[in-house]
Amino acid sequence: MKVLVPVKRVIDANVKVRVKSDQSGVELTNVKMAMNPFCEIAVEAAVRMKEAGTASEVVVVSAGPTTSQESLRTGLAMGADRGILIEGDAALEPLAVAKLLKAVVEREEPGLVIMGKQAVDGDNNQTGQMLAGLLGWPQATFISKINLTNGGLEAVREVDGGLETVSMPMPAILTVDLRLNEPRYASLPNIMKAKKKPVDVLSPSDLGVDVSPRVTVLKVSEPEGRKAGVKVGSVAELVEKLKNEAKVI
Amino acid sequence: MSILVVAEHDNAELKPATLNTLGAAVELAEHAGGEIHLLVAGAGCQAVAEAGAKIASVAKVLLSEGPEYEHRVAENLAPLIVQLAPDYSHVLAAATTSGKNIMPRAAALLDVQQISDVSTVESADTFVRPIYAGNALATVQSSDSIKLITVRGTAFEPVADEGGSASIETVAATGDAGLSKFVGAALTESERPELTSAKIVISGGRGMQSGENFAMLERIADKLGAAVGASRAAVDAGYVPNDYQVGQTGKVVAPDLYIAVGISGAIQHLAGMKDSKVIVAINKDEEAPIFQIADYGLVADLFQALPELEETL
Ligand SMILES: Cc1cc2nc3c(=O)[nH]c(=O)nc-3n(C[C@H](O)[C@H](O)[C@H](O)COP(=O)(O)OP(=O)(O)OC[C@H]3O[C@@H](n4cnc5c(N)ncnc54)[C@H](O)[C@@H]3O)c2cc1C
Ligand SMILES: Nc1ncnc2c1ncn2[C@@H]1O[C@H](COP(=O)(O)O)[C@@H](O)[C@H]1O
Repeated sequence: MKVLVPVKRVIDANVKVRVKSDQSGVELTNVKMAMNPFCEIAVEAAVRMKEAGTASEVVVVSAGPTTSQESLRTGLAMGADRGILIEGDAALEPLAVAKLLKAVVEREEPGLVIMGKQAVDGDNNQTGQMLAGLLGWPQATFISKINLTNGGLEAVREVDGGLETVSMPMPAILTVDLRLNEPRYASLPNIMKAKKKPVDVLSPSDLGVDVSPRVTVLKVSEPEGRKAGVKVGSVAELVEKLKNEAKVI
Repeated sequence: MSILVVAEHDNAELKPATLNTLGAAVELAEHAGGEIHLLVAGAGCQAVAEAGAKIASVAKVLLSEGPEYEHRVAENLAPLIVQLAPDYSHVLAAATTSGKNIMPRAAALLDVQQISDVSTVESADTFVRPIYAGNALATVQSSDSIKLITVRGTAFEPVADEGGSASIETVAATGDAGLSKFVGAALTESERPELTSAKIVISGGRGMQSGENFAMLERIADKLGAAVGASRAAVDAGYVPNDYQVGQTGKVVAPDLYIAVGISGAIQHLAGMKDSKVIVAINKDEEAPIFQIADYGLVADLFQALPELEETL
């Protein structure tokens, strides 16, 4: 079975994001970038399937500017076999990404697509569900456990009330949550090896997809900050302040 | 054109998040005009429809019942939303795990770019939503003819759940897509208020050191009528279940009082609680970033401070 893993390059989760003074977006120049953490978990899940012999090939795919190659290389260094870059400089909305991925799925015919539940730049949490809808495939979102069964799978989902188990035939779309696994660090030899792994480059028009945006970003602004308050010296003082000053208890 | 709100419920009761979503719909209706309709799709959920009909802001309840809707399976609910959406200018759902699961699937089938996690309604087509863990706010304008939106509950006041007498109209169910099956759920049982609607939340982090130690927070929570939450580190370590997680990728809360105990204050955690009215931090490290946003900070060992707090309350 072939497994396809869509990955996105985003600002590193440890970086404090700054809004540009002209409110056109966030500052991206000289900012450390990395593979979206949820995508790392997705790659790890796919590579483990390959190691377990349930997956025959792991293909990573990314849509974005040339620099998205970096995230593909990270995925290849973690153990994916080859990459596909859908190259373009236009900002892509989840619907456009889902349409591009649908076209890739139709070419590659994977048995499973494993992706992140959310890209931590736009915090949209949409692409996997959209891709599943466009393909008419089942979806297991926000998963923390996966069990491949005969021709299908069972997955445990993290939901607001706790955990939920669903089962479905394959092909299917999975979106992963934080506790599915702990992604490995790529070793130096594997990073070197990854440089030789093949990456195909396509354009949205090669795939026949119109990626024009539906949503215009009018501005990006900084949220109102919170100021540090006071330090209290004791539990008694804290309780007194909460009762008489803040009046919240 | 009217606004359709997808009700969140468990076939017995309407979830509070629905009332906040209706709050957003009321604001939207001031710009867009039209009535607000509530879609109650489920199995054996007549009582939920009746509760929905009592909400003053709801003009009509659409009730669609079928076994395929019992567990809110996205593959089955999305086609129903797709079928109803063309009669509406906007379709709204709460940005809960259920809304996040179902709405994008419906949006893709409608060829609409959904707007996720809306925190402000600026006009009929312009909305504000947090991005980058709430470190930035994007004002976005949609050009889609139908707008599909998930709503950040903490950003909108809930509507009153009484004062109305809407009609209930039955809509035929769309059938089982036969794609995925609900196997079972392990839901966390608790007598405490629900995290996202609690007036007071007390959360523990890695500093709690074990699941057993969360009992210290629970006793305080019971004295205050509070809900108990946690940081990702505490959930990852297995101290508490996943549904306790507050943050960018967990639950967003904005209670009157949020007490963070043994939590350092990473941006991803702040994303889920920084809109709380009053924030208290208890941490032994006076340099912990949580103190930069706390209204009241107590630099102390939590193993001393918590028993004392319980005693004082
Ligand atoms: C993609 C992604 C998504 C994430 N999503 C979330 C999310 O939704 N929610 C979330 O919370 N995090 C999230 N995180 C994780 C986040 O970055 C932090 O790692 C996490 O919040 C840290 O949890 P913590 O504060 O409990 O632990 P630590 O950062 O380890 O802090 C523990 C604190 O406890 C204090 N302490 C220790 N012992 C005591 C004591 N005896 N008395 C008093 N204080 C004590 C320490 O001084 C320290 O400040 C995410 C990370 C990533 C990469
Ligand atoms: N430009 C992209 N290229 C490849 N995969 C993407 C892209 N954008 C989003 N994805 C995938 O969709 C997931 C969810 O992203 P989002 O819906 O934007 O929150 C990510 O974790 C990726 O797996």
